[in-house]
Order: sequence, then structure tokens, then C-alpha cells
Amino acid sequence: MSLMTRPPGPLNTRPMSMEARRRKKFWNSLGIGLLFIAPWLIGFLTLTLYPFFSSLYYSFTSYNILSPAKWIGLENYQKLMGDTKFMASIGNTMYYTVIAVPLGVVLAVGLALLYNQKLPGNRLFRTLMYVPLIVPPVATALLWQWIFNPQVGLLNALLAKIGIVGPTWLGDPHWSKISLIIIAQWGVGGSVLLLLAALQDVPRPLYEAAEIDGANLWHKFVHVTLPMISPVVLFIAITGIINSFQVFTEAFIVSGGEGGPVNSTLFYSLYLFQQGFRYFHMGYASAMAWLLFLAVLTVTLIVFRTSARWVIYDRS
Amino acid sequence: MTVAEQLPRTAQVPSARRQKVMGSVLAFVVTLAVTLFFAFPLYWMVVTALKGDAEIFQSPPSMVPHPALWSNFERSLSQIPFWSYVRNSLLYAVFSATGACFSGALVAYGFSKVKWPGREALFFVVLITMLLPYQVTMIPTYLIFRSIGWTGTLLPLIVPAFLGNAYFIFLMRQFIRTLPDELSDSARIDGCSELRIFTAIVLPLIKPALAVVFLNQFLNAWKDFLGPLLYLNDPSQYTLSLGLQQFQSANGQEWALLMACATIFTIPLFVLFFFTQRYFVEGVTFTGIKG
Repeated sequence: MSLMTRPPGPLNTRPMSMEARRRKKFWNSLGIGLLFIAPWLIGFLTLTLYPFFSSLYYSFTSYNILSPAKWIGLENYQKLMGDTKFMASIGNTMYYTVIAVPLGVVLAVGLALLYNQKLPGNRLFRTLMYVPLIVPPVATALLWQWIFNPQVGLLNALLAKIGIVGPTWLGDPHWSKISLIIIAQWGVGGSVLLLLAALQDVPRPLYEAAEIDGANLWHKFVHVTLPMISPVVLFIAITGIINSFQVFTEAFIVSGGEGGPVNSTLFYSLYLFQQGFRYFHMGYASAMAWLLFLAVLTVTLIVFRTSARWVIYDRS
Repeated sequence: MTVAEQLPRTAQVPSARRQKVMGSVLAFVVTLAVTLFFAFPLYWMVVTALKGDAEIFQSPPSMVPHPALWSNFERSLSQIPFWSYVRNSLLYAVFSATGACFSGALVAYGFSKVKWPGREALFFVVLITMLLPYQVTMIPTYLIFRSIGWTGTLLPLIVPAFLGNAYFIFLMRQFIRTLPDELSDSARIDGCSELRIFTAIVLPLIKPALAVVFLNQFLNAWKDFLGPLLYLNDPSQYTLSLGLQQFQSANGQEWALLMACATIFTIPLFVLFFFTQRYFVEGVTFTGIKG
């Protein structure tokens, strides 16, 4: 390009120096830019990029920290396919995700509509709704473990009042995941807050236009509110899925780190932690980490792709 | 959004008005009931903390402790090295929050007001890392910190905060972008260096964003369990999260004491939250993920 535009003859000394100046400016601005982002760049290279690829390498090795990593090819991955606890952890995590994420989205939208009304005490209501997010997860897990206590817990006492004999909740493999999903819904306030902010931004004239067309409350919700808040719904769904794939602390606390009863709360991240930091099977755990990465990548791409059909970004 | 709103204007006769009031009352009652679901467990935590052994195992449970045993708090404090846990939690929270502010502001400025080649491409990389699960890099990161002898200290929890967190960088960048370019441009014409523009002009203007980042990272650190579980191995280094979990595994059925500990653990965050509430809400609006 520059060869074609450069004028021939003695004139070309000036354009050259201009280009040199431009090149100097290029390197200068690059230097200043990189200087400002240096903290992130160092962190990215050492604590993200290097670990990212080295965990791929470890996944092909047998490594227990004490002796050097030994290359074993695909053995970890083959062993995982025959590991019943691994399969159970995938099943548990999928069960949790499939119920907790849609439930969380529906609850959040419903609650946002509820809290969006102009009512006396609105500010206090919203604050109280958000407050569970301030409680540390370890305290949350302990508190709910106590509420779910089958004999003297609050929940079964309330159920007994209406004539229902409650299950043993966290002690029953059929109810333990449901219990954890209930605990997770206690913290739905974060999503509600995002949706409340989105609801504030829905242009009023859209509702007025819908009213003129004779729309009722349901029509207004489906044809005005929902499309306008769909990007936030997408955001909540994606972060919800990624968080579900990583659910750890609550399951660790209520099961004492074991994932019981009968492996029913042995979620993917909990099993990965056990393999890595209890048995020091670093290679095996790294293989799990990479499969987790591929799963998150796949699901995120699928959600993004399909979202084009129902998420509206253009607001005009 | 009451029933009356559906009716055409002309139908707003007194009966429709009464319907509207009834609708509001119904909405209020429903909202109150729903809010109770969120608030009551916390009341239950405090109430349990004040109960004696007999009352704990009473069925049906009492809603108000009688008598209220405030001594439970003293008992729980004497059973765990509480102040040591608090000190460690505070060190972790304050230093990592400071680090998050430092790196967040600097990096976000570099990604918004400084023009340089490749900026947008690298910022895209920042965004991508937000989607990367912690577990993917957890093992090699642990091995790095182990090889430089940092396990068993708070350093692996604090130092990464100084190297930037994608979410905070994103949040700060959104905030800095709203500042008018004329400010930095005129300073540039006056011959100010980029660093000088950043410290003298931009930094004072982004105090609200710094507050949001500081509070959020403070909260994250105080609540963090997996980090301390991975890196801390001596009880003298435990944070409150890890200490409380250890206390539970030793005293699983001491519900009054456990709830007393959980209450004390949570109170500092509540105090912080109630004084700084608006920054939490602003955090949501800064990021601009609201349609």
C-alpha cells in the first residue's frame, strides 16, 4: 500500500520521516497502553493463560505433587469414563442446573414485577429481599441445615402445622439436591436487582401504545416487558448456568465435604476438589477441569446462538 | 399495575376505584409475605443463637427465645480463636479490596481513555476470562503458589487482586467511559503525561466506582470459602469462613453456638451494607447490563 502511494523521486524523504514519526507514535501509544494494563497483563499471563494450558498438559499426566508428572496420554480421560462417582457428579450437576437455573430466572422475573410496584415500604422490602446475598455462604449453609433439620427444624415444624410430614431433606438422597436448590433461591435477590434496573428502563410510551391497542396486563408483559428485559434475562441465565456448574461451598458444608448422602450432593466441582486436594490426583483432577471448561464453552455458545431468536438488543 | 388499569378510562366509576384500592392492598400483602421468606431465616438464625439446649430441641419450636441466653455469644467466642479469625478475614478483605481498586482503576483507564493499537482486542480477552470457571485454572495456580512457598499464607488470596479482576475492570471501564474526553484532552494539550492525567484528573472523579469495587471485593473476600480452604492449613491463619466450617465439623449438633457464630460472622457485613447500600445498587447500574 505505502509503496503505491509514495511519490517517486527526491520528494520521498519527507513522507518517509512522516511515516517514521507515525511509527514512533504507534510504539509510544502502545507502550503507554500496555503500561496501564500491565497489572492485568501480568496476572493474565501467569494466573490465567499459563495455568489454562498447563492444566491441559497435566490432564495427560499422572501427578501427585511429590514425584514429577508422568505422561500417560489419554488414560485419565479413559478412567473418567468408567468412574461411577464421576458420572454421578455429572448427573447431580445437570439435575441441579436444569432445575435451579430456570426456576431462578422465573422467580427473579416474578419478584422483579412484584417489587416494581409502587407500594408503601418499597425500599425496605427491596433491601430485605437483597439481604440474603450479604450473608456468607458458610453461614447460609449452616443456617439452612438447621432450618432443614428433620426432627426439630423450622421447616418441618411449619409443614406439620398443615398436616404434612416433611422429608428428612438434606439427609435424604431424593431431597438433598432439592434442598440445595431451595437454599440457592434464597439468594435470588441479586438477579431481581438487575431486573428491577432493567424494568426502570422500559420506555413508558410502549405501554401506552399497547394500551391503546387494547392490550391487557398479560399482553403488555409478553409483548413489551419481556422483550425489553430479554438481554438481562439472558445474562442471568448464562451466569446462572456457569455458577451451577461450579456449585461448591454449600454442598461442601452440608455434607462435610463428602457429597453425601449416597453421593447425592457430590457435584462436579466438589468431586474435582476431592480428587485434586484430598487424594492429590492432580492429573485426574486437571482432566476433570478441562472437561468442565469444554462443557461451559459448549453450553455458553449454544445459549448465545439460540438467544438470537428471543433476545432483543435493538431498542428502537 | 392493578386490575383497574385494564379498564377504559370511562369506566373509572367509584366501584372501579374501590377495586383499585383492593388490588393495591392485595399487592402489598403478597409483597410482604414474599419478603418474609427472605428475612425470616435471618431472624431464625439470631433467635436460635439465643436459645438454651432444652428450648432448641423443643417441638414445635418457639418463635421467641425464653429466656434469651446472651451468654451463648460469649460461649461461642470462647470456643474458637475468634479474634484471630477476624484479624485474618480483615487482612484478606482490606488488602485484596485495596488491590482490586488499584488494578481496577489503572487497567480500566488503560482500556478506556488511552488510545493504543490492539486495545479493543485485548479488552475482548478480558471479557472472555469472565466466563472461565475458577476450577479450570485452580490446580496449576495452586502449584505455582506452592512452588514459591506461599501456601499457608494469605498471599495467594491477596496478591491476585493486585493483578486485576475482569469483572471490576469491566465495571470501572464502564464508569470511566462516561467521563467527558475534553477533560483529559485539554490536559494532554497542556502537556500532562498520561499518568498525571490519571492520578490528578481521573482518580478523584471515579471515587464512587472505587467505593463500589472496594466494597464488593471486601464482601467477596469475607465470604470466600474455597480460597482459604485451598491455601490456609494452620488454624492460626484461618479466616472466619474456614474457622466456622472447622467449628461445625467438630460441634455439628451445637446449634445455638453455631448460630451464634454465624450471627457474629454476618454482622460486620450487615453494618457495612446498611451504611453503604447505595454503592451496591450503583454497582448494578454501572455495569450497564440492564437492557
